[in-house]
Amino acid sequence: MTPLAGYLLVAALLFAIGLAGALVRRNAILVLIGIELMLNSANLNFIAFWRYGPHPEVLTGMMFAIFSIAVAAAEAAVGLGLVIAIYRHAQTTDLDKMNRMKG
Amino acid sequence: MSFAFYIVSVLAVGGALAAVLLKNTVHCALALTVALAGLALLFLNLDAQFAGFAQILVYIGAVAILIVFAILLTRGSEVPKDGVYSPNWAIGIVIAAAVFSVLGWAVLQSAWILPHDAVVPAVTVHDIGVALVGRYVLPLEIVALLLTAATIGAVIVAMHEKDGAQ
Repeated sequence: MTPLAGYLLVAALLFAIGLAGALVRRNAILVLIGIELMLNSANLNFIAFWRYGPHPEVLTGMMFAIFSIAVAAAEAAVGLGLVIAIYRHAQTTDLDKMNRMKG
Repeated sequence: MSFAFYIVSVLAVGGALAAVLLKNTVHCALALTVALAGLALLFLNLDAQFAGFAQILVYIGAVAILIVFAILLTRGSEVPKDGVYSPNWAIGIVIAAAVFSVLGWAVLQSAWILPHDAVVPAVTVHDIGVALVGRYVLPLEIVALLLTAATIGAVIVAMHEKDGAQ
């Protein structure tokens, strides 16, 4: 197995774990944790392809990963702000109990 | 495939599994920190120093702390009586397993076409800085705007507002 295939397999495994977390957990914050894991595994793919690609000096994959980290940080801030706002309103972070769009 | 790769992969995957499976939410956040540190080490293993240190600074320094704050503000550290997993958790596991098998199958089928070994790219932080303010200056400005808007938006959304009083 080539090193690149190993990194891609680890990224696929992390993506599947994050997806399982986002689908299985009831707590909204845990769902956000799963989404963060999925974003990170995509970053690992970008970096691995950048490292083993034909032209690493062009920095495309590296730049994509850096911007992806910045966007994921913004997403985490907004997502956790929303969770806190919903908790103030409904006194719960359980996604199964948030079944009304009207307060 | 180096020995360090296996150690760091086990760290990252084990941290991710613990983050998803543990019952106590605070423990989940700490396990997520381990997983993110493992990913940062994988980046460093791939000779991407800047991305690895950015990962440590942004994820472990900011996002993990933010998650812990959110857990403590929402009293999420108490384990709920009716279980932490959704009632139809089996469907979620099946979907995740199907996604992993498709991705793993695709990687293993194309493994022979993937490049074997590349020269270590001689990329310094200086090169990344020049590229950021040169070729990638427009995405950089957009990300700066996005981060400002997201920070202000998160503060406004989470601000306590009732009957006009803040």
